[in-house]
Amino acid sequence: MPPGKTHGELTIGFLPLVDACLPILAREHGFAENEGLSLRLVRDMSWATVLDRLLYGHSDAAHMVAPLAIATTLGRGRPAQSLSVPFVLGLNGNAVTMRPDLAREVNPAGGLGDPATVGAALKTCLATLGRPLRFGVVHRYSSHNYMLRYWLAACGIRPDVDVEITTVAPPFCADALESGEVDVICVGEPWNSVAVERGAGEIVLATAQIWRRGVEKVLAFREPVMEERRGDVEALVRALRKAGEHFVDPANHDVNAAILARPEYLDGNAGLIRRAISDQLLLARGGEVLKYPDFMFQHREAANFPWVSQAEWLYSQMVRWDGAGYDADEARLAARVFRPDVYRSALLGTNDPLPGASSKVEGSLAGPTSVSMQQGLITLENNSFFDRKVFDPSHLAEYVKMQARD
Amino acid sequence: MRIAIVDESATRAAVIREGLATLEDCEIFVVTERRGLVARIGEIAPDIVLMDLGNPSRDVLEEYFAVSRVLGRPIAMFVDESDAESIAASVDAGVSSYVVDGLAPHRIRSILDLAVRRFHAFARLQSDLAEAKGKLADREVVDKAKRILMDSRGFTEPQAYTELRKTAMNQGKRIADIAEAVVTAHQLMGGK
Repeated sequence: MPPGKTHGELTIGFLPLVDACLPILAREHGFAENEGLSLRLVRDMSWATVLDRLLYGHSDAAHMVAPLAIATTLGRGRPAQSLSVPFVLGLNGNAVTMRPDLAREVNPAGGLGDPATVGAALKTCLATLGRPLRFGVVHRYSSHNYMLRYWLAACGIRPDVDVEITTVAPPFCADALESGEVDVICVGEPWNSVAVERGAGEIVLATAQIWRRGVEKVLAFREPVMEERRGDVEALVRALRKAGEHFVDPANHDVNAAILARPEYLDGNAGLIRRAISDQLLLARGGEVLKYPDFMFQHREAANFPWVSQAEWLYSQMVRWDGAGYDADEARLAARVFRPDVYRSALLGTNDPLPGASSKVEGSLAGPTSVSMQQGLITLENNSFFDRKVFDPSHLAEYVKMQARD
Repeated sequence: MRIAIVDESATRAAVIREGLATLEDCEIFVVTERRGLVARIGEIAPDIVLMDLGNPSRDVLEEYFAVSRVLGRPIAMFVDESDAESIAASVDAGVSSYVVDGLAPHRIRSILDLAVRRFHAFARLQSDLAEAKGKLADREVVDKAKRILMDSRGFTEPQAYTELRKTAMNQGKRIADIAEAVVTAHQLMGGK
Protein backbone atom coordinates (compact mmCIF):
# COMPACT_ATOMS: atom_id res chain seq x y z
CA MET A 1 0.00 0.00 0.00
CA PRO A 2 1.24 3.51 -0.73
CA PRO A 3 1.92 5.72 2.24
CA GLY A 4 -0.44 8.51 3.21
CA LYS A 5 -4.04 8.82 4.11
CA THR A 6 -6.71 7.66 1.69
CA HIS A 7 -10.33 8.40 1.95
CA GLY A 8 -11.20 7.56 -1.57
CA GLU A 9 -12.75 10.81 -2.77
CA LEU A 10 -11.20 13.57 -4.81
CA THR A 11 -12.77 16.69 -6.27
CA ILE A 12 -11.08 18.01 -9.41
CA GLY A 13 -11.72 21.42 -10.97
CA PHE A 14 -11.51 21.84 -14.74
CA LEU A 15 -12.25 24.15 -17.66
CA PRO A 16 -14.28 22.84 -20.61
CA LEU A 17 -11.31 22.06 -22.87
CA VAL A 18 -10.41 18.88 -24.73
CA ASP A 19 -7.32 18.36 -22.59
CA ALA A 20 -9.45 17.96 -19.46
CA CYS A 21 -10.04 14.50 -20.97
CA LEU A 22 -8.01 12.28 -18.66
CA PRO A 23 -9.78 13.04 -15.35
CA ILE A 24 -13.15 12.91 -17.14
CA LEU A 25 -12.40 9.54 -18.74
CA ALA A 26 -10.84 8.17 -15.52
CA ARG A 27 -14.21 8.79 -13.93
CA GLU A 28 -16.45 7.73 -16.81
CA HIS A 29 -14.66 4.48 -17.69
CA GLY A 30 -14.19 3.37 -14.09
CA PHE A 31 -10.38 3.64 -14.02
CA ALA A 32 -10.63 5.74 -10.87
CA GLU A 33 -13.10 3.36 -9.30
CA ASN A 34 -10.73 0.44 -10.00
CA GLU A 35 -8.18 2.30 -7.90
CA GLY A 36 -10.70 2.73 -5.09
CA LEU A 37 -11.26 6.40 -5.95
CA SER A 38 -14.46 8.30 -6.42
CA LEU A 39 -13.96 11.44 -8.53
CA ARG A 40 -16.13 14.51 -8.47
CA LEU A 41 -15.52 16.98 -11.28
CA VAL A 42 -16.29 20.67 -10.97
CA ARG A 43 -16.46 22.74 -14.13
CA ASP A 44 -15.65 26.43 -14.11
CA MET A 45 -15.40 29.17 -16.70
CA SER A 46 -12.11 30.87 -15.82
CA TRP A 47 -8.68 29.80 -14.59
CA ALA A 48 -9.03 32.39 -11.82
CA THR A 49 -11.99 30.50 -10.41
CA VAL A 50 -10.40 27.06 -10.88
CA LEU A 51 -7.46 28.41 -8.86
CA ASP A 52 -9.66 30.03 -6.17
CA ARG A 53 -11.51 26.78 -5.63
CA LEU A 54 -8.23 24.90 -5.29
CA LEU A 55 -6.75 27.42 -2.83
CA TYR A 56 -9.88 27.65 -0.70
CA GLY A 57 -10.55 23.91 -0.57
CA HIS A 58 -13.58 23.61 -2.85
CA SER A 59 -11.47 21.20 -4.90
CA ASP A 60 -8.56 18.90 -4.04
CA ALA A 61 -6.89 19.10 -7.43
CA ALA A 62 -7.19 21.09 -10.63
CA HIS A 63 -6.70 20.90 -14.39
CA MET A 64 -4.40 23.90 -14.84
CA VAL A 65 -2.28 25.77 -17.37
CA ALA A 66 1.23 24.74 -16.32
CA PRO A 67 2.79 28.21 -15.81
CA LEU A 68 -0.05 29.19 -13.45
CA ALA A 69 0.99 26.44 -11.02
CA ILE A 70 4.47 27.96 -10.93
CA ALA A 71 3.23 31.56 -10.76
CA THR A 72 0.99 30.67 -7.80
CA THR A 73 3.88 29.00 -5.99
CA LEU A 74 6.07 32.07 -6.56
CA GLY A 75 3.32 34.47 -5.48
CA ARG A 76 2.97 36.29 -8.78
CA GLY A 77 -0.10 38.50 -8.57
CA ARG A 78 -1.29 37.16 -5.21
CA PRO A 79 0.19 35.82 -1.96
CA ALA A 80 2.32 32.74 -2.62
CA GLN A 81 0.87 29.29 -2.03
CA SER A 82 2.88 26.19 -2.91
CA LEU A 83 1.35 24.00 -5.57
CA SER A 84 2.58 20.57 -6.61
CA VAL A 85 2.30 18.77 -9.92
CA PRO A 86 2.63 14.98 -9.80
CA PHE A 87 1.23 14.48 -13.32
CA VAL A 88 1.25 16.35 -16.63
CA LEU A 89 -2.18 16.12 -18.25
CA GLY A 90 -0.83 16.59 -21.75
CA LEU A 91 1.60 18.20 -24.15
CA ASN A 92 0.63 20.73 -26.82
CA GLY A 93 -2.84 20.64 -28.41
CA ASN A 94 -3.05 24.37 -29.14
CA ALA A 95 -3.07 26.17 -32.44
CA VAL A 96 -2.46 29.64 -33.81
CA THR A 97 -5.55 30.79 -35.68
CA MET A 98 -5.63 34.02 -37.68
CA ARG A 99 -8.23 36.21 -39.32
CA PRO A 100 -8.67 34.65 -42.81
CA ASP A 101 -7.21 37.63 -44.70
CA LEU A 102 -4.16 37.75 -42.44
CA ALA A 103 -3.74 33.96 -42.66
CA ARG A 104 -3.63 34.16 -46.46
CA GLU A 105 -1.17 37.01 -46.37
CA VAL A 106 1.38 35.36 -44.08
CA ASN A 107 0.77 31.80 -45.24
CA PRO A 108 -0.21 32.09 -48.91
CA ALA A 109 0.37 28.41 -49.67
CA GLY A 110 -2.23 27.36 -47.13
CA GLY A 111 -1.90 24.23 -45.02
CA LEU A 112 0.00 24.33 -41.75
CA GLY A 113 2.73 26.91 -42.27
CA ASP A 114 6.40 26.66 -41.42
CA PRO A 115 6.89 28.64 -38.19
CA ALA A 116 10.00 30.48 -39.40
CA THR A 117 8.48 31.37 -42.80
CA VAL A 118 5.17 32.51 -41.31
CA GLY A 119 7.06 34.52 -38.68
CA ALA A 120 9.14 36.28 -41.34
CA ALA A 121 6.01 37.09 -43.37
CA LEU A 122 4.32 38.38 -40.23
CA LYS A 123 7.27 40.66 -39.57
CA THR A 124 7.04 42.10 -43.09
CA CYS A 125 3.31 42.50 -42.71
CA LEU A 126 3.78 44.41 -39.43
CA ALA A 127 6.11 46.87 -41.13
CA THR A 128 3.49 47.79 -43.73
CA LEU A 129 0.44 47.61 -41.50
CA GLY A 130 1.16 50.69 -39.44
CA ARG A 131 -0.54 49.31 -36.36
CA PRO A 132 0.41 46.50 -34.01
CA LEU A 133 -1.41 43.22 -34.56
CA ARG A 134 -3.41 42.02 -31.60
CA PHE A 135 -2.97 38.48 -30.31
CA GLY A 136 -5.34 36.77 -27.88
CA VAL A 137 -4.09 34.13 -25.46
CA VAL A 138 -6.13 32.40 -22.78
CA HIS A 139 -4.10 33.48 -19.77
CA ARG A 140 -1.03 35.45 -18.89
CA TYR A 141 0.41 32.35 -17.19
CA SER A 142 -0.35 29.86 -19.93
CA SER A 143 1.83 27.75 -22.19
CA HIS A 144 -0.04 29.40 -25.06
CA ASN A 145 1.38 32.76 -24.08
CA TYR A 146 4.92 31.41 -23.68
CA MET A 147 4.92 29.37 -26.90
CA LEU A 148 3.50 32.27 -28.87
CA ARG A 149 6.06 34.69 -27.44
CA TYR A 150 8.89 32.22 -27.98
CA TRP A 151 7.93 31.91 -31.64
CA LEU A 152 7.47 35.66 -32.20
CA ALA A 153 10.73 36.57 -30.46
CA ALA A 154 12.69 33.96 -32.41
CA CYS A 155 11.29 35.52 -35.61
CA GLY A 156 12.51 38.96 -34.58
CA ILE A 157 9.11 40.26 -33.44
CA ARG A 158 9.15 41.84 -29.98
CA PRO A 159 5.98 40.62 -28.22
CA ASP A 160 5.41 43.65 -26.00
CA VAL A 161 6.51 46.26 -28.51
CA ASP A 162 5.64 45.18 -32.05
CA VAL A 163 2.39 43.40 -31.21
CA GLU A 164 -0.20 43.46 -28.42
CA ILE A 165 -0.96 40.30 -26.52
CA THR A 166 -4.16 40.29 -24.49
CA THR A 167 -6.22 37.72 -22.64
CA VAL A 168 -9.37 36.29 -24.20
CA ALA A 169 -11.45 33.57 -22.55
CA PRO A 170 -11.46 30.41 -24.74
CA PRO A 171 -15.23 30.35 -25.37
CA PHE A 172 -15.05 33.89 -26.79
CA CYS A 173 -11.99 33.46 -29.00
CA ALA A 174 -14.05 33.00 -32.16
CA ASP A 175 -16.15 36.07 -31.27
CA ALA A 176 -13.03 38.13 -30.66
CA LEU A 177 -11.62 37.21 -34.09
CA GLU A 178 -14.92 37.88 -35.78
CA SER A 179 -15.43 41.27 -34.19
CA GLY A 180 -11.87 42.36 -34.94
CA GLU A 181 -11.04 42.61 -31.24
CA VAL A 182 -7.98 40.45 -32.03
CA ASP A 183 -6.24 39.39 -35.26
CA VAL A 184 -4.79 36.13 -33.98
CA ILE A 185 -5.71 33.68 -31.24
CA CYS A 186 -3.64 30.97 -29.61
CA VAL A 187 -6.02 28.60 -27.88
CA GLY A 188 -6.74 24.91 -27.27
CA GLU A 189 -9.38 22.82 -28.92
CA PRO A 190 -12.23 22.85 -29.71
CA TRP A 191 -12.01 26.65 -29.89
CA ASN A 192 -9.79 26.95 -32.99
CA SER A 193 -12.14 24.63 -34.83
CA VAL A 194 -15.13 26.65 -33.68
CA ALA A 195 -13.55 29.76 -35.22
CA VAL A 196 -12.78 27.87 -38.44
CA GLU A 197 -16.32 26.48 -38.69
CA ARG A 198 -17.68 29.98 -38.37
CA GLY A 199 -15.31 31.30 -41.00
CA ALA A 200 -13.87 33.69 -38.40
CA GLY A 201 -10.37 32.27 -38.60
CA GLU A 202 -7.93 29.89 -40.27
CA ILE A 203 -5.47 27.68 -38.44
CA VAL A 204 -1.93 28.58 -39.49
CA LEU A 205 0.26 26.76 -36.95
CA ALA A 206 -0.01 24.10 -34.28
CA THR A 207 1.98 24.89 -31.12
CA ALA A 208 3.51 21.43 -31.55
CA GLN A 209 5.42 22.99 -34.47
CA ILE A 210 6.92 25.61 -32.15
CA TRP A 211 8.03 23.09 -29.52
CA ARG A 212 7.42 19.54 -30.62
CA ARG A 213 6.96 18.28 -27.04
CA GLY A 214 5.84 21.34 -25.09
CA VAL A 215 4.25 20.96 -21.66
CA GLU A 216 0.64 22.17 -21.58
CA LYS A 217 -1.88 21.38 -18.80
CA VAL A 218 -0.95 19.85 -15.48
CA LEU A 219 -2.72 18.28 -12.54
CA ALA A 220 -2.08 20.62 -9.61
CA PHE A 221 -2.59 20.12 -5.88
CA ARG A 222 -1.87 22.39 -2.95
CA GLU A 223 1.37 20.94 -1.65
CA PRO A 224 0.05 20.17 1.87
CA VAL A 225 -3.02 18.47 0.39
CA MET A 226 -0.86 16.33 -1.86
CA GLU A 227 1.30 15.24 1.07
CA GLU A 228 -1.69 14.55 3.29
CA ARG A 229 -3.62 12.65 0.63
CA ARG A 230 -0.63 10.86 -0.85
CA GLY A 231 -2.39 7.50 -1.19
CA ASP A 232 -5.31 9.00 -3.10
CA VAL A 233 -2.95 11.10 -5.22
CA GLU A 234 -0.95 8.06 -6.31
CA ALA A 235 -4.13 6.10 -7.02
CA LEU A 236 -5.25 9.01 -9.21
CA VAL A 237 -1.94 9.01 -11.11
CA ARG A 238 -2.44 5.32 -11.93
CA ALA A 239 -6.07 5.88 -12.96
CA LEU A 240 -5.06 8.78 -15.22
CA ARG A 241 -2.40 6.66 -16.93
CA LYS A 242 -5.07 4.04 -17.69
CA ALA A 243 -7.40 6.75 -18.94
CA GLY A 244 -4.60 7.96 -21.25
CA GLU A 245 -4.12 4.50 -22.70
CA HIS A 246 -7.84 4.38 -23.48
CA PHE A 247 -7.86 7.94 -24.81
CA VAL A 248 -5.16 7.43 -27.45
CA ASP A 249 -6.62 4.18 -28.81
CA PRO A 250 -8.32 5.12 -32.13
CA ALA A 251 -10.97 2.48 -31.47
CA ASN A 252 -12.24 4.63 -28.60
CA HIS A 253 -12.32 8.03 -30.30
CA ASP A 254 -16.07 7.96 -30.98
CA VAL A 255 -17.12 6.97 -27.49
CA ASN A 256 -14.66 9.36 -25.84
CA ALA A 257 -15.69 12.29 -28.02
CA ALA A 258 -19.33 11.63 -27.12
CA ILE A 259 -18.50 11.62 -23.40
CA LEU A 260 -16.42 14.80 -23.56
CA ALA A 261 -19.17 16.58 -25.53
CA ARG A 262 -21.76 16.07 -22.76
CA PRO A 263 -23.35 19.14 -21.17
CA GLU A 264 -21.65 18.54 -17.81
CA TYR A 265 -18.18 18.37 -19.41
CA LEU A 266 -17.33 20.40 -22.52
CA ASP A 267 -20.93 20.98 -23.57
CA GLY A 268 -19.71 21.06 -27.16
CA ASN A 269 -19.90 19.53 -30.60
CA ALA A 270 -18.86 15.83 -30.53
CA GLY A 271 -17.74 16.00 -34.17
CA LEU A 272 -15.28 18.83 -33.52
CA ILE A 273 -14.03 17.15 -30.36
CA ARG A 274 -13.54 13.85 -32.19
CA ARG A 275 -11.44 15.64 -34.76
CA ALA A 276 -9.17 17.21 -32.16
CA ILE A 277 -8.61 14.03 -30.17
CA SER A 278 -7.70 12.14 -33.33
CA ASP A 279 -5.14 14.82 -34.34
CA GLN A 280 -7.21 16.05 -37.26
CA LEU A 281 -7.55 19.70 -38.11
CA LEU A 282 -9.79 21.53 -40.50
CA LEU A 283 -7.54 24.49 -41.20
CA ALA A 284 -9.97 26.61 -43.21
CA ARG A 285 -13.69 26.49 -43.78
CA GLY A 286 -14.51 24.44 -46.86
CA GLY A 287 -11.00 22.94 -46.94
CA GLU A 288 -9.84 19.42 -46.30
CA VAL A 289 -9.20 17.89 -42.93
CA LEU A 290 -5.48 17.50 -42.26
CA LYS A 291 -4.02 14.76 -40.10
CA TYR A 292 -1.25 16.26 -37.99
CA PRO A 293 0.26 13.49 -35.81
CA ASP A 294 0.81 14.33 -32.13
CA PHE A 295 -1.18 17.57 -32.31
CA MET A 296 -2.29 16.57 -28.83
CA PHE A 297 0.06 14.33 -26.88
CA GLN A 298 -1.49 12.63 -23.89
CA HIS A 299 0.21 9.30 -23.30
CA ARG A 300 3.14 7.93 -25.28
CA GLU A 301 6.81 8.47 -24.31
CA ALA A 302 5.78 8.87 -20.66
CA ALA A 303 4.12 12.15 -21.74
CA ASN A 304 2.63 12.59 -18.27
CA PHE A 305 5.97 12.45 -16.47
CA PRO A 306 6.56 15.81 -14.76
CA TRP A 307 10.08 16.55 -16.00
CA VAL A 308 11.74 19.06 -13.70
CA SER A 309 13.40 20.54 -16.78
CA GLN A 310 9.97 21.50 -18.14
CA ALA A 311 9.14 23.43 -14.97
CA GLU A 312 12.49 25.16 -15.29
CA TRP A 313 11.86 26.08 -18.91
CA LEU A 314 8.53 27.62 -17.89
CA TYR A 315 10.31 29.58 -15.17
CA SER A 316 12.85 30.84 -17.72
CA GLN A 317 9.98 32.20 -19.81
CA MET A 318 8.30 33.75 -16.78
CA VAL A 319 11.50 35.64 -16.04
CA ARG A 320 11.83 36.58 -19.68
CA TRP A 321 8.37 38.13 -19.98
CA ASP A 322 7.48 39.29 -16.45
CA GLY A 323 10.64 41.35 -16.26
CA ALA A 324 11.16 40.41 -12.62
CA GLY A 325 14.71 39.17 -13.08
CA TYR A 326 16.27 35.74 -12.52
CA ASP A 327 16.52 34.59 -8.93
CA ALA A 328 18.23 31.31 -8.03
CA ASP A 329 15.94 30.70 -5.03
CA GLU A 330 12.85 31.25 -7.14
CA ALA A 331 14.26 28.93 -9.78
CA ARG A 332 14.62 26.20 -7.17
CA LEU A 333 11.06 26.75 -5.92
CA ALA A 334 9.73 26.64 -9.48
CA ALA A 335 11.62 23.43 -10.24
CA ARG A 336 10.18 21.77 -7.14
CA VAL A 337 6.60 22.36 -8.31
CA PHE A 338 6.98 19.38 -10.67
CA ARG A 339 7.18 16.18 -8.62
CA PRO A 340 8.54 13.22 -10.58
CA ASP A 341 9.13 11.45 -7.25
CA VAL A 342 5.38 11.19 -6.68
CA TYR A 343 4.75 10.00 -10.26
CA ARG A 344 7.46 7.34 -9.82
CA SER A 345 6.23 6.18 -6.48
CA ALA A 346 2.69 5.80 -7.90
CA LEU A 347 3.78 3.67 -10.84
CA LEU A 348 6.73 1.71 -9.49
CA GLY A 349 6.00 -2.00 -9.86
CA THR A 350 3.38 -1.52 -12.60
CA ASN A 351 4.30 -2.18 -16.23
CA ASP A 352 4.28 1.55 -17.02
CA PRO A 353 7.64 2.89 -18.26
CA LEU A 354 9.49 5.17 -15.83
CA PRO A 355 12.35 7.42 -16.95
CA GLY A 356 15.66 6.99 -15.17
CA ALA A 357 16.31 10.73 -14.88
CA SER A 358 14.05 13.53 -13.60
CA SER A 359 15.36 16.18 -15.92
CA LYS A 360 16.41 16.22 -19.56
CA VAL A 361 17.91 18.59 -22.08
CA GLU A 362 14.74 19.92 -23.76
CA GLY A 363 14.78 20.23 -27.52
CA SER A 364 17.88 18.08 -27.93
CA LEU A 365 16.37 15.23 -29.94
CA ALA A 366 15.91 15.51 -33.68
CA GLY A 367 14.73 11.93 -34.08
CA PRO A 368 13.82 8.77 -32.15
CA THR A 369 16.27 8.05 -29.36
CA SER A 370 16.20 5.27 -26.79
CA VAL A 371 16.65 6.50 -23.26
CA SER A 372 17.69 4.73 -20.11
CA MET A 373 14.76 3.83 -17.95
CA GLN A 374 14.26 2.96 -14.34
CA GLN A 375 11.49 0.62 -15.48
CA GLY A 376 10.26 -0.50 -18.90
CA LEU A 377 11.42 0.65 -22.33
CA ILE A 378 10.94 3.95 -24.02
CA THR A 379 11.95 5.71 -27.20
CA LEU A 380 11.68 9.48 -27.17
CA GLU A 381 11.03 11.08 -30.52
CA ASN A 382 11.83 14.51 -31.90
CA ASN A 383 11.30 17.08 -29.14
CA SER A 384 12.91 20.11 -30.77
CA PHE A 385 12.08 23.79 -30.67
CA PHE A 386 11.47 25.19 -34.17
CA ASP A 387 14.61 27.34 -33.98
CA ARG A 388 16.73 24.28 -33.06
CA LYS A 389 17.92 25.90 -29.83
CA VAL A 390 18.19 23.60 -26.85
CA PHE A 391 17.41 24.19 -23.21
CA ASP A 392 19.89 22.57 -20.85
CA PRO A 393 18.47 22.92 -17.31
CA SER A 394 21.96 22.75 -15.81
CA HIS A 395 22.59 26.11 -17.51
CA LEU A 396 19.29 27.79 -16.62
CA ALA A 397 20.77 31.17 -15.65
CA GLU A 398 22.82 31.32 -18.87
CA TYR A 399 19.75 30.44 -20.94
CA VAL A 400 17.85 33.32 -19.33
CA LYS A 401 20.76 35.68 -20.04
CA MET A 402 21.06 34.53 -23.62
CA GLN A 403 17.35 35.09 -24.25
CA ALA A 404 17.47 38.55 -22.71
CA ARG A 405 20.10 39.46 -25.30
CA ASP A 406 18.07 38.11 -28.23
CA MET B 1 -16.17 55.08 -2.94
CA ARG B 2 -16.87 53.68 -6.40
CA ILE B 3 -18.03 50.08 -6.58
CA ALA B 4 -18.40 48.16 -9.84
CA ILE B 5 -20.57 45.04 -9.87
CA VAL B 6 -19.67 42.82 -12.83
CA ASP B 7 -22.24 40.10 -13.37
CA GLU B 8 -23.75 38.63 -16.52
CA SER B 9 -26.92 37.95 -14.56
CA ALA B 10 -28.79 41.25 -14.44
CA THR B 11 -31.09 39.91 -11.73
CA ARG B 12 -28.29 38.99 -9.39
CA ALA B 13 -26.52 42.28 -10.08
CA ALA B 14 -29.75 44.08 -9.11
CA VAL B 15 -30.02 42.11 -5.87
CA ILE B 16 -26.44 43.01 -4.94
CA ARG B 17 -26.87 46.63 -5.95
CA GLU B 18 -29.94 46.93 -3.77
CA GLY B 19 -27.98 45.53 -0.82
CA LEU B 20 -25.07 47.91 -1.29
CA ALA B 21 -27.34 50.92 -1.81
CA THR B 22 -27.65 51.21 1.97
CA LEU B 23 -23.97 52.10 2.22
CA GLU B 24 -23.14 55.73 2.69
CA ASP B 25 -21.07 57.67 0.17
CA CYS B 26 -20.83 54.78 -2.28
CA GLU B 27 -21.48 55.08 -5.96
CA ILE B 28 -22.48 51.80 -7.54
CA PHE B 29 -22.06 50.77 -11.18
CA VAL B 30 -23.43 47.60 -12.70
CA VAL B 31 -21.77 46.00 -15.75
CA THR B 32 -23.61 43.07 -17.30
CA GLU B 33 -22.21 43.23 -20.86
CA ARG B 34 -19.17 41.13 -21.67
CA ARG B 35 -18.21 43.12 -24.74
CA GLY B 36 -16.20 46.18 -23.93
CA LEU B 37 -15.92 45.15 -20.29
CA VAL B 38 -12.34 46.27 -19.84
CA ALA B 39 -12.97 49.67 -21.42
CA ARG B 40 -16.06 50.14 -19.25
CA ILE B 41 -14.12 49.34 -16.08
CA GLY B 42 -11.49 51.83 -17.21
CA GLU B 43 -14.18 54.53 -17.49
CA ILE B 44 -15.72 53.72 -14.13
CA ALA B 45 -12.32 53.75 -12.40
CA PRO B 46 -13.69 51.78 -9.46
CA ASP B 47 -12.17 51.39 -6.02
CA ILE B 48 -13.73 47.98 -5.66
CA VAL B 49 -14.83 45.45 -8.26
CA LEU B 50 -17.18 42.65 -7.27
CA MET B 51 -17.49 39.81 -9.77
CA ASP B 52 -19.26 36.46 -9.65
CA LEU B 53 -16.97 33.42 -9.69
CA GLY B 54 -18.81 31.92 -12.65
CA ASN B 55 -17.99 34.89 -14.86
CA PRO B 56 -15.88 33.76 -17.85
CA SER B 57 -14.27 37.21 -18.07
CA ARG B 58 -12.40 36.94 -14.77
CA ASP B 59 -9.08 36.03 -16.42
CA VAL B 60 -9.47 38.93 -18.82
CA LEU B 61 -10.11 41.39 -16.02
CA GLU B 62 -7.29 40.03 -13.84
CA GLU B 63 -4.90 40.42 -16.74
CA TYR B 64 -6.07 44.00 -17.16
CA PHE B 65 -5.53 44.72 -13.49
CA ALA B 66 -2.09 43.12 -13.65
CA VAL B 67 -0.76 45.09 -16.60
CA SER B 68 -2.87 48.18 -16.97
CA ARG B 69 -1.72 51.48 -15.64
CA VAL B 70 -4.93 53.10 -16.90
CA LEU B 71 -6.42 53.16 -13.44
CA GLY B 72 -3.25 54.77 -12.18
CA ARG B 73 -3.56 52.75 -9.00
CA PRO B 74 -2.70 49.11 -8.47
CA ILE B 75 -5.74 46.92 -8.08
CA ALA B 76 -5.55 43.34 -6.93
CA MET B 77 -7.71 40.51 -5.84
CA PHE B 78 -8.58 41.05 -2.23
CA VAL B 79 -6.37 38.36 -0.78
CA ASP B 80 -4.91 40.02 2.26
CA GLU B 81 -3.60 36.97 4.07
CA SER B 82 -4.65 38.29 7.45
CA ASP B 83 -8.22 38.10 6.26
CA ALA B 84 -8.28 34.59 4.79
CA GLU B 85 -11.56 33.87 6.54
CA SER B 86 -13.37 36.69 4.84
CA ILE B 87 -12.01 35.61 1.45
CA ALA B 88 -12.97 31.98 2.04
CA ALA B 89 -16.50 33.15 2.89
CA SER B 90 -16.72 35.13 -0.31
CA VAL B 91 -15.42 32.23 -2.43
CA ASP B 92 -18.03 30.01 -0.75
CA ALA B 93 -20.71 32.53 -1.65
CA GLY B 94 -19.41 32.74 -5.23
CA VAL B 95 -18.07 36.28 -5.36
CA SER B 96 -14.59 37.55 -6.08
CA SER B 97 -13.47 41.03 -5.22
CA TYR B 98 -10.72 43.30 -6.44
CA VAL B 99 -9.73 46.39 -4.52
CA VAL B 100 -7.50 49.33 -5.07
CA ASP B 101 -4.39 49.16 -2.97
CA GLY B 102 -4.43 51.17 0.22
CA LEU B 103 -8.16 51.24 0.95
CA ALA B 104 -9.05 50.99 4.63
CA PRO B 105 -9.39 47.25 5.38
CA HIS B 106 -12.40 47.65 7.70
CA ARG B 107 -14.25 49.52 4.97
CA ILE B 108 -13.55 46.78 2.43
CA ARG B 109 -14.52 44.13 4.91
CA SER B 110 -17.93 45.65 5.57
CA ILE B 111 -18.64 45.99 1.86
CA LEU B 112 -17.47 42.46 1.18
CA ASP B 113 -19.58 41.08 4.03
CA LEU B 114 -22.59 42.83 2.63
CA ALA B 115 -21.90 41.52 -0.88
CA VAL B 116 -21.49 37.99 0.46
CA ARG B 117 -24.84 38.24 2.23
CA ARG B 118 -26.50 39.45 -0.97
CA PHE B 119 -24.96 36.61 -2.97
CA HIS B 120 -26.35 34.17 -0.41
CA ALA B 121 -29.73 35.90 -0.54
CA PHE B 122 -29.76 35.56 -4.31
CA ALA B 123 -28.81 31.87 -4.12
CA ARG B 124 -31.68 31.35 -1.65
CA LEU B 125 -34.09 33.14 -3.97
CA GLN B 126 -33.02 30.86 -6.77
CA SER B 127 -33.39 27.67 -4.78
CA ASP B 128 -36.82 28.84 -3.58
CA LEU B 129 -37.75 29.44 -7.19
CA ALA B 130 -36.43 26.03 -8.27
CA GLU B 131 -38.39 24.43 -5.43
CA ALA B 132 -41.55 26.26 -6.39
CA LYS B 133 -41.07 25.18 -10.00
CA GLY B 134 -40.48 21.62 -8.84
CA LYS B 135 -43.68 21.68 -6.80
CA LEU B 136 -45.60 22.92 -9.80
CA ALA B 137 -44.15 20.15 -11.97
CA ASP B 138 -45.01 17.62 -9.25
CA ARG B 139 -48.59 18.77 -9.20
CA GLU B 140 -48.86 18.45 -12.95
CA VAL B 141 -47.55 14.90 -13.05
CA VAL B 142 -49.81 13.84 -10.16
CA ASP B 143 -52.81 15.26 -12.02
CA LYS B 144 -51.83 13.34 -15.15
CA ALA B 145 -51.40 10.08 -13.22
CA LYS B 146 -54.77 10.57 -11.52
CA ARG B 147 -56.42 11.01 -14.88
CA ILE B 148 -54.80 7.83 -16.21
CA LEU B 149 -56.04 5.84 -13.19
CA MET B 150 -59.52 7.35 -13.49
CA ASP B 151 -59.69 6.44 -17.18
CA SER B 152 -58.15 3.01 -17.02
CA ARG B 153 -59.53 1.73 -13.71
CA GLY B 154 -62.72 3.73 -13.34
CA PHE B 155 -61.55 5.44 -10.10
CA THR B 156 -63.00 8.68 -8.82
CA GLU B 157 -60.44 11.44 -8.35
CA PRO B 158 -60.10 10.92 -4.57
CA GLN B 159 -59.75 7.15 -5.12
CA ALA B 160 -57.02 7.70 -7.71
CA TYR B 161 -55.15 9.98 -5.33
CA THR B 162 -55.54 7.48 -2.43
CA GLU B 163 -54.12 4.75 -4.66
CA LEU B 164 -51.06 6.86 -5.54
CA ARG B 165 -50.53 7.81 -1.90
CA LYS B 166 -50.86 4.22 -0.66
CA THR B 167 -48.35 2.94 -3.24
CA ALA B 168 -45.94 5.74 -2.38
CA MET B 169 -46.14 4.89 1.32
CA ASN B 170 -45.67 1.16 0.69
CA GLN B 171 -42.61 1.77 -1.45
CA GLY B 172 -41.21 4.56 0.68
CA LYS B 173 -41.26 7.00 -2.25
CA ARG B 174 -42.70 10.42 -3.00
CA ILE B 175 -46.19 10.59 -4.53
CA ALA B 176 -44.72 12.54 -7.45
CA ASP B 177 -42.26 9.70 -8.15
CA ILE B 178 -45.03 7.11 -8.25
CA ALA B 179 -47.10 9.42 -10.46
CA GLU B 180 -44.10 9.82 -12.77
CA ALA B 181 -43.81 6.01 -13.01
CA VAL B 182 -47.53 5.70 -13.83
CA VAL B 183 -47.26 8.30 -16.58
CA THR B 184 -44.10 6.71 -18.04
CA ALA B 185 -45.63 3.23 -17.96
CA HIS B 186 -48.76 4.58 -19.61
CA GLN B 187 -46.71 6.16 -22.37
CA LEU B 188 -44.75 2.95 -22.89
CA MET B 189 -48.01 1.06 -23.28
CA GLY B 190 -48.96 3.38 -26.09
CA GLY B 191 -51.15 5.79 -24.16
CA LYS B 192 -51.10 9.51 -24.73
